[in-house]
Order: sequence, then C-alpha cells, then structure tokens
Amino acid sequence: MILVVAEQLDGRLNRASWEAIAAAQQTGGPVKVVVLGAQAGAVAADLAAADVAEVLVAEHPSLERYTADGYVLALAQIAGAEQPELVALPHTYQTRDFAPKLAARLDRALITDCIGVRPHDGGRVFVRAMFQGKLYADVLPAGPAPHIVTFQIGAYRADAVARGSSAAPTRALSLTIDASAVRQKPEAPFKEAKQAVDLSQAERIVAVGRGIKGQEHLAVAEKLAAALGAELAASRPICDAGWLPMDRQVGSSGQTVAPKLYVALGISGAIQHLVGMKGSSTIVAINKDPDAPMFEVADYGIVGDLFEIVPALTKALNG
Amino acid sequence: MKIAVCVKQVVSREWHLRVADSKTWIRDQDASYELNEPDAYALEEGLRLKEKHGGEVIVVSAGPARVSQVIREALARGADRAIHVEVEGLVDADAFVTAEALAAALSDERCDLVLTGLQSDDSGFAQTGVLLAEKLGMPHGTIIMDVQVADGGLRVKRELEGGWFQWIAMPLPALLAIQSGINQLRYATLKGIMAAKKKDVKKIAAPSVAPRQQILNLYFPEKKKATQLISGSPAEAARELVRRLRDEARVIQ
Repeated sequence: MILVVAEQLDGRLNRASWEAIAAAQQTGGPVKVVVLGAQAGAVAADLAAADVAEVLVAEHPSLERYTADGYVLALAQIAGAEQPELVALPHTYQTRDFAPKLAARLDRALITDCIGVRPHDGGRVFVRAMFQGKLYADVLPAGPAPHIVTFQIGAYRADAVARGSSAAPTRALSLTIDASAVRQKPEAPFKEAKQAVDLSQAERIVAVGRGIKGQEHLAVAEKLAAALGAELAASRPICDAGWLPMDRQVGSSGQTVAPKLYVALGISGAIQHLVGMKGSSTIVAINKDPDAPMFEVADYGIVGDLFEIVPALTKALNG
Repeated sequence: MKIAVCVKQVVSREWHLRVADSKTWIRDQDASYELNEPDAYALEEGLRLKEKHGGEVIVVSAGPARVSQVIREALARGADRAIHVEVEGLVDADAFVTAEALAAALSDERCDLVLTGLQSDDSGFAQTGVLLAEKLGMPHGTIIMDVQVADGGLRVKRELEGGWFQWIAMPLPALLAIQSGINQLRYATLKGIMAAKKKDVKKIAAPSVAPRQQILNLYFPEKKKATQLISGSPAEAARELVRRLRDEARVIQ
C-alpha cells in the first residue's frame, strides 16, 4: 500500500497533493491518503473523490498549525499502524521541513524531488534531477520499508488523478501527541507588503540569470527590454545578490508569469525558476551552456555569449 | 553563542559536467570546485549572529582532502575554527551518510546553534540539515529568512510558498536551514585569508554508515521539446531570431 500525505492549510488542500496522488496511482498498487490537521476532516470529502482505498483523517489539537515535530510524531504513529510500503508526498516547502526528520525518526530511506518511478527487479527505481536539473539519476532506495518519496511539483498532473466510481471510505485516526514534545511554536502565517511590481500582467518579459555576471551589466538586459517593450525580471540568485529587487523574481519563491514572450538571458533553468515561467507562450533562451535545462523548455534558443548576442538583438529590433 | 555552520564543497557552476564511466557519478577528476552557494548564506548568517551576540563560529565539512579549500575560505571569511570529517568515499554520499559524518563532528561540541544551507547544488537532497537535527536531538526550522535570538531561544521567520511567511519560536540548541538571500554575502579580505592560515582545523574520521540510496544510473535528460536552435554570428542569429519572433511566433510587431 502506498500512503500519500496530503497537505492542507485552513481547510484548503494544497494542489500539489493531487499530483502526489496521481504519482502514487501511476506507481501501482493500492493507495491510501492521509490528511493531518485540527480540522483535516474539512478536506476529506474532496480527497475521497479520488480512486483510492481509503482516506485517513488525523485530527488533533496539536496539529492545528503545522509544526515539524507535531507532524513527525503523528506520521511516525500512522506509518507504524498502517504499515505502508511507500509513503509519498508532494515536494512542497512544508514537506521539505518535516520529511527528513520523519525518515530519520523511522530510520528509513528518503528519496526527494522525484520526477518519475520505474519498476526495477521486483522493486522500484525513482528518477530525480541532480546538478541543478542538468543530470537525471535513477535511484534505488536501500533498507526496509516504508521508503519515503517526495514528488517534484509539476512532475505529475493534478488532473491525471483517477476518480473513483463512488466516494472512498474515510476513517478517523486517533493519535497520541504529547504537546510538550512539540518544540516549535508557530505564529499565524502572514504576507509581506504587497508587491510593487506585478509581472503576471506583463505581455513580454526579459529575465536575467547568473550569466549576467554582475549588477553593472544589467544595462544590457534593460536595453533589450526597452526595445521589446518588456518588463525586466530575474531568477532567484540575482535577487538574492541584491542586483534586482525581490519583487522582480520569477519562480517558486517569486512570481508566476505567463507572458506572450519570455526571453531568458543566462538563466540555466533550475526547476525553481521553470515552475514560475513555463506557461509562457513563446520562450527564448540565450545561454552559453548548450546543456542548460532552459533549452528544454525554450521554443527558440541561441547558444553563445549573451554579451555579444543581446546587443545584436537589441540592434536588430531597433533597426 | 557557539555556532556551527555545515558547508559542502561542490563542483563549480562553470564546470562542464560529464558523466563518469561508472555512470553513477560525474567525472570529476579535473573539476573545479566551490563553496555550495546556499551554505555561503548560512555561513554569513552565523558570522552576523556571532558579531551581534558574541561567541564563536565553527565551520564543519565532510569530504575528501580537497574539501580543505572551502574550509579555508570559510575561515578566511571569519569562522574561528574548523572540523573536517575526512573521507574519500563521501564525494557521492547520500544525505544519511553525510548527516552521520556531520553528527560525529558535532556530537561533543555542544553547540547552541547549527546552521546549514537549504540544499546542495550537486545532489540537491534538501534533507541533510534536517536529518542532522534529528541525530543531534535538536528542534529545527527550514527555509529561514530571519533569525532573532532572545531569552535563551530563537524566533525565526520561515518562508512558506506563494509569498507567505511565518514566525516560529523554538528553544536552543536548534538547527536552522537558511534560505538563500537572507543576507548579503561578504567576501574574504586579504587580512582574513592571512588569518585563516593560523586557524585550527581538526580532522576526524567518518563513522561507517550504510547508505540509504544508491544511484544506478546518472545521465543527461533526453531532449523532449523541439527547440529551434539558431546558429550563426551574433548579428546573424539576432536577425534570424527577430524574424522568427515576428513571422512565426508573432509575439512582436
């Protein structure tokens, strides 16, 4: 049995939960889904629409707000009682926070950020990206079950979830959690002040990555943006370095955009960036590394030195 | 505060990746290496906390002899001393093996705070720090964008998804996986580089731990999308790209 850990916040399911369910269904064998929280039951009916054996609802006052300690205490109990062969989770920020601790507590293998599963020798190998997405690895978990696996956001389609002919049965689990064993004391989540730049409305975007090499070179990209009538954006490292403000960042920790034209200058294309822009209609990649993953999503690509190509491009547009 | 910062040496971003004949790791004999960038932010945060609250910063790294390069760099930036868990086999180690090696270095140090980067640029497991927290019996927080120390405990700002954040309090000792961009990095000064030569680097042996995952095959992903690659001189390629954007894609006038 594969146990999928769904993620909810204030009674709203994280969409990536459906992707993890789809991944589990495609992996093969019976699938159960567990959801944790103080009012996790609110999303149980939604989850029961999927073609799964059972939906488990783990409600407990200590799980009202997410904490790593609370989730590990709960899931260690649930794994012990349900005896899954595999525990599957979406590779969300929350999963990244507690899944390794669960693996260490259970002393079991954890394979993170997987993009595929293949049968292998009576077991399974998991495919995951390494080296910033430039290489893929087939990985075999070692040691006894359950193995724990997290699936990369977007690797499976949420709408590929097989629906059941009738609602799956739900079962309430009773958990014992010693509140004093939960060491993290979380406050209410909040949003920072509203972003000054709304890139989601831009029709054209010129985005810069590490290939721009220094803040003093941004003018090269700004001139191209002006010639295209485009907004200037960046991958995370550029904003981390303070070369452009954080509200110009595209990617999983920045804005999600889908312009008509996205021109990526010197952006290698780590998944954290790709998830924020791969819905763009036309993508252009300019990069000196022919193996840059950005070329995998690009419609048009030029392999070469952006400091030669971009001025030529600006000239061709202005000409 | 006694602060440990765990750092990893990774192949540099500029280095052109090749797969080794074994197909289970990269051919890295002639690679160039650098400090894993997410760990640089953890180091910077450790140095800033020490400047504010006093104490010392110990840099810890596990890996072969060449790892001394990033240890020296961390010492040059301001760390006080280092522990090098030296073992050849750790190059392609999984997160369990690395966490055990780091735990061996830290188990007797009784640190108040252990900092790591969010993930490594090579393996990208995003689990070593949290595994280490469990092995050291510490509470932890990940994707941390601000660290406040008060009343013998921590109050940290955790980044959630979609622009949301959350403050979390926890007692010390604790482990934090720091989010890149939390601070602006400093670089080593000549004075720092000279001072680093006199700083203590303790070498210890790694414990023997069975790995929890094995790479069967490492390969370049198959190209699925038919990207139109445009060649020629910069001027020719630029003109051709503009033509296609105008006539085929119709995204410019």
